[in-house]
Amino acid sequence: MMKRDEAFRILAEHVRHDIVVSTYSSAFDWLEIRPHALNYVAVGAMGLASSHALGLAIGRPDRRVVVLDGDGSLLMNLPTLVTIAEVAPSNLVYFVSVNRTYEANGGHPIPGSSFVDFSAIAKGAGWLKVHSHSELEAFREELPSILSQQGPVFVSLHAEAGRATPSNYAFIHSDKAREQFREHLAAV
Amino acid sequence: MTSQAAADPVLIKPVLSGHAIIRSIKAAGIEHVLSVPDITTSDGLLWPIARDPSFRLVRVCKEDEAIGVAAGLWACGKRSLILIQNTGLLYSMNAIRAIAIEYRQPICLLVGLLLKEDDVPPENSRQFGVRIVPRILQVLDIPYHVIESDQDSSALTSSIDAAYDESRSVAFLIGRSPVP
Repeated sequence: MMKRDEAFRILAEHVRHDIVVSTYSSAFDWLEIRPHALNYVAVGAMGLASSHALGLAIGRPDRRVVVLDGDGSLLMNLPTLVTIAEVAPSNLVYFVSVNRTYEANGGHPIPGSSFVDFSAIAKGAGWLKVHSHSELEAFREELPSILSQQGPVFVSLHAEAGRATPSNYAFIHSDKAREQFREHLAAV
Repeated sequence: MTSQAAADPVLIKPVLSGHAIIRSIKAAGIEHVLSVPDITTSDGLLWPIARDPSFRLVRVCKEDEAIGVAAGLWACGKRSLILIQNTGLLYSMNAIRAIAIEYRQPICLLVGLLLKEDDVPPENSRQFGVRIVPRILQVLDIPYHVIESDQDSSALTSSIDAAYDESRSVAFLIGRSPVP
């Protein structure tokens, strides 16, 4: 299984000007890997990163929106997959990091940790472009093709936590994080 | 006898038209409506909105999704209105707590009150799920307006404008079924 931060470093090479919506453990990794004014941190109510992203994708159809969700978070908002498939935003690419634990809440296993198949759920929810990766080099090779597809695109990243990154909760919950994103987005 | 009856306020039913509500929310610059269907507002509001090409209607599966979508839209400078039932308001409470209150995002809620009796204030309803709504909104410090007539619905435009101008939330409680 690949490391999440290694997968994100590869992703960062390809999403230089995109809006990236991240949450909790994914956010802590991503904010360190790609500090950028178009990073949108979706926290406060767990599970809603993809819903924030849908609003962004509708509101800014001229810009790609990349979501970095976690499997525990997705389980808290599974119907979002149906809602997004219905709206079908062509500019939305959704990555779920599958480590089968509630990493930010003590490492407890998610329900169905031994069998749940998020790619199968996405297909059943109506997503037409669905990918799954667990090997870093294969992910590196296919990523340009994934990102060239018309959205919505769903990608399961079977990735465990890599190198520990600082958990800056004060920043992700701050007004500053939201205000600087909004101001920057309005300017581009 | 007839003139006395006409003058009796008890016998004069207030009119609440969906058209007046829609006119007010358009005047407030609402472009997007995010909704889970509610029987109180279905015929008079949601179906007309669904047929109106000047709105983009996003049908979400559950109400807390709408809170997230509204926040994302507002980050792009887009105004939205969330059209749900009081049961859905209760369901989405944690998202409202975080996004609307702690993060002070402008979340505008149009809430149909399921089975509320006409001309009875929501806090006096026999329906427990209706009766608690005003108190919950007070605890959350979300200003709310009870909409039971066209006169009430005229407050929508200025209240939505104020919510967006001041980046705070507001709720409108629809106390009777609007006529289409």
